[in-house]
Amino acid sequence: MRLQSQPMSEVTIRFAGDSGDGMQLTGSQFTNTTALMGNDLSTFPDFPAEIRAPAGTVAGVSAFQIHFGSNPIFTPGDEADVLVAMNAAALKANLTNLKNGGLIIANTAGFDKKNLSLAKYDVNPLEDNSLAGHQVIKFDVSKLTSESLKESGLTPKDIDRAKNMFVLGVLYWLYSRPLEPSVQFIEKKFGKKAPEIAAANIKVLNDGYTFGEATEIFTSRFEVKQASIEAGTYRNITGNEATVLGLVAAAEKSGIPLFYGSYPITPASDILHGLAKHKQFNVRTFQAEDEIAAIATTIGAAFGGSLAVTGSSGPGIALKGEAIGLAIMLELPLVVVNVQRGGPSTGLPTKTEQSDLMQAVYGRNGEAPMVVVAAKSPADCFDTAYEACRIALEHMIPVMFLSDGYLGNGSEPWLFPKEADLQSITAKYEPSREEDAEPFKPYRRDAKLARPWAIPGTKGLEHRIGGIEKQNETGNISYDPANHEFMVKLRAEKRDRVADYIPMQDIDNGKDHGKLLFLTWGSTYGSVKTAVHEARLEGYDVSHAHLRYLSPFPKNLEYILKGFDKVVIPELNNGQLVKMIRDQFLIPAEGFNKIKGMPFTVSEVKQKIYELLNK
Amino acid sequence: MAQARFNEVLTLDREVPEYKSKDFASDQDVRWCPGCGDYTILKQVQNAMPELGIPREQIAFISGIGCSSRFPYYMDTFGMHSIHGRAPAIASGLKVTRPELNVWVITGDGDSLSIGGNHFIHVMRRNLDLNILLFNNEIYGLTKGQYSPTTKEGFVSKSTPMGSVDHPFNPLAVALGADATFVSRAMDRDPKHLNSIILRANQHKGTSLVEIYQNCVVFNDGVFEAYTDKATRPREALYVEHGKPLVFGENDSKGIRLNGLKPEIVDLGEGGVSLDDLWIHDEKDLTKATILARFFDRPSEHVHFPRAFGVLYCVDRPCYEDGVNAQVAHAVSKKSKTLDDLLTGDETWVIK
Repeated sequence: MRLQSQPMSEVTIRFAGDSGDGMQLTGSQFTNTTALMGNDLSTFPDFPAEIRAPAGTVAGVSAFQIHFGSNPIFTPGDEADVLVAMNAAALKANLTNLKNGGLIIANTAGFDKKNLSLAKYDVNPLEDNSLAGHQVIKFDVSKLTSESLKESGLTPKDIDRAKNMFVLGVLYWLYSRPLEPSVQFIEKKFGKKAPEIAAANIKVLNDGYTFGEATEIFTSRFEVKQASIEAGTYRNITGNEATVLGLVAAAEKSGIPLFYGSYPITPASDILHGLAKHKQFNVRTFQAEDEIAAIATTIGAAFGGSLAVTGSSGPGIALKGEAIGLAIMLELPLVVVNVQRGGPSTGLPTKTEQSDLMQAVYGRNGEAPMVVVAAKSPADCFDTAYEACRIALEHMIPVMFLSDGYLGNGSEPWLFPKEADLQSITAKYEPSREEDAEPFKPYRRDAKLARPWAIPGTKGLEHRIGGIEKQNETGNISYDPANHEFMVKLRAEKRDRVADYIPMQDIDNGKDHGKLLFLTWGSTYGSVKTAVHEARLEGYDVSHAHLRYLSPFPKNLEYILKGFDKVVIPELNNGQLVKMIRDQFLIPAEGFNKIKGMPFTVSEVKQKIYELLNK
Repeated sequence: MAQARFNEVLTLDREVPEYKSKDFASDQDVRWCPGCGDYTILKQVQNAMPELGIPREQIAFISGIGCSSRFPYYMDTFGMHSIHGRAPAIASGLKVTRPELNVWVITGDGDSLSIGGNHFIHVMRRNLDLNILLFNNEIYGLTKGQYSPTTKEGFVSKSTPMGSVDHPFNPLAVALGADATFVSRAMDRDPKHLNSIILRANQHKGTSLVEIYQNCVVFNDGVFEAYTDKATRPREALYVEHGKPLVFGENDSKGIRLNGLKPEIVDLGEGGVSLDDLWIHDEKDLTKATILARFFDRPSEHVHFPRAFGVLYCVDRPCYEDGVNAQVAHAVSKKSKTLDDLLTGDETWVIK
């Protein structure tokens, strides 16, 4: 029977299975093919915190969500239209993420007695009518896979490993996707090393597709047309990958070699892994003995003339605090990347949160101002990391770049730039001096209040810098009370003056004045963007502005905020930007907070809009 | 490209001027307590500098926090007075990215063995080509007199009014345990010997540790008197030299002999043993260096050994920065991608 494809504007699919079931690979293959089809999309992987939790348990479930459509897509989707559950635990852990009436595709082999018991089900949920509110399609993926490969000569273990390809084939059929991109991927990955594995995976993928077509258990088939998004050449990218590329691009454009000092930490480690692969771009990575050494080596590299970057997550940033203060006193260029996660302490290492904003802006001893910028989406990590480097180098100042676990691991299509189109970065070292020149002044300043970058090995520039309070210009140690006050204000003014060199704040969506403004920063962008867009279509007078620059703020921010009757600030924390806004602009901004280790859903934000405007 | 930007300003190939010691003194007033051992060490470092044959601007001194860590401000070279304990890590970042520089770490017993203990062991493990001068005065001086991680048990200080119950580190044993490639000891009150060890440390390619016994006149005066006092030095200080027998005592009357792995003190001359029977110092022998470093006050040992001064251990091992830079140079030489290739990645699609 050939089913006619029904058009759909957007779909969210959640692949869930045991950590060993290959759901991340299945999800990323579906993503790549979907991207090649020209849909807009956004993805988010949901890993267990444990590396190898016991198979079959809820703790061991790994999931991958993709939201794609013919409309512009800004989030990985609130609730899934389709849940793929490879075993009972996957169903149990993910059922709350499925829409009412959504489709469950279940592997019955994962619902045997053992799996039900491991997932702590007394009765098989596929058989007790408890899923009546949903549409359930079940088949034995393991058995179908072993049927498909019975002639292959592979071991039962290898055969079982291919079962995710069967599911992928079924999903490709269901959403009218071509198999070719995944076939190419499999050939590239296994073709040379293990041709028999490649052949087996390709066969199972095809058989899955054919199963979808031939079997009569599906009552509908769908098609999602190409999205009308900006023309150009796209690639898919995660936030951590985009951060890596932003740093390398800044090094190439400025001509300053990149050094990255880091200590492994979730969810920032992929930046270290990514940069370690790019040595051909003159990149040096240093896996330090601890977080403090990670930033200390970075300070040494900056002193020596490198574009010096350290990266971590909240707990590591806490350990780096004293050294960030040193870099602020030394007035060296430095970029500190914080891929935020749930806190405090160890908190929720694999879950996302925006709770390190106060730490970034205020979290050091003494008056220690630094520049703070934040990315809004996975691809935006490129631009924001690049911008962090530009500001650090041009202003001789430490910059904190805030990403988070949701951005770092999430992915979206990226209309990547050409090198030639990237903004230039003007960084220069102080030239050498003759013996009879006037004494070199390491803290002489330019219009930005930046001091010269005088690197060892340059004749006539010998000088000493340190963490003790210093005299302006000479850099000599000074305990003079008036000088200290002067220097504290000077360092603050230097940070504030960055506002003269950044773009003015714009309105992302809606009017520049009115009843209600949603002001966002970081990864809440996508949900709020979508919610405001939809609410405006429904006739609500709501606007949205999004901040990349958090310290200093753009110069016109106050003007924008004062054009609205009410300013609401959604944050994945207990209210941090809202305090900074109230403090700086004396307006009664309201917080809208979620602290569950999960992003806002679009419907949560829309509910808030209705609540505020339907009063 | 990146290397070219350095070359816009660096003057690495310039002729080395005829320096004198005073050319390495900065214009800053030295502010240690009168009589502090740090003055002699500063003097000997400044004396050693002209002999390095390196232009001043290619030398960097990095320090942490403590009395000794003011040191970089007094040297007319590049310098950084950083934060407590972190100098070895800062120096590592500088050396990895700028391997041609001559980099020195100035630290104290609290700075390197307490708050900075982690960086201290890891820099030696990695064997970056740095020289570490560890000023050991067995006390916290700048914070006004608390016991340190090298203070002997029982010591009464402000924080240990009933005597310290804390077992001290033996810094050279720590260094050997961390696989250091150059381990030495000197003292402020023997400037000539100190000068020679500083120069040897600089010659060694790899992390060179020089522990310097330094007298704190205010909070721990005379703690090393047994080794520095002319009357007791002969029997308490054992100067070791590669290839020479271990001899000490009044008129070199005593020696050390190895009985298996057990050291023994023997009398030389009539009725005693001959020089040929003594332990011949071998800088490359880790086992012997370990025994020598363990000539250290331990209540459990009944025999009192003299403390060793000189180079206890010196071997060659590849330096971390050379490994890193070789990999980068190799990758750069095989460079196959432009930045545009990198931005494009492996899989793209076109939206029309």
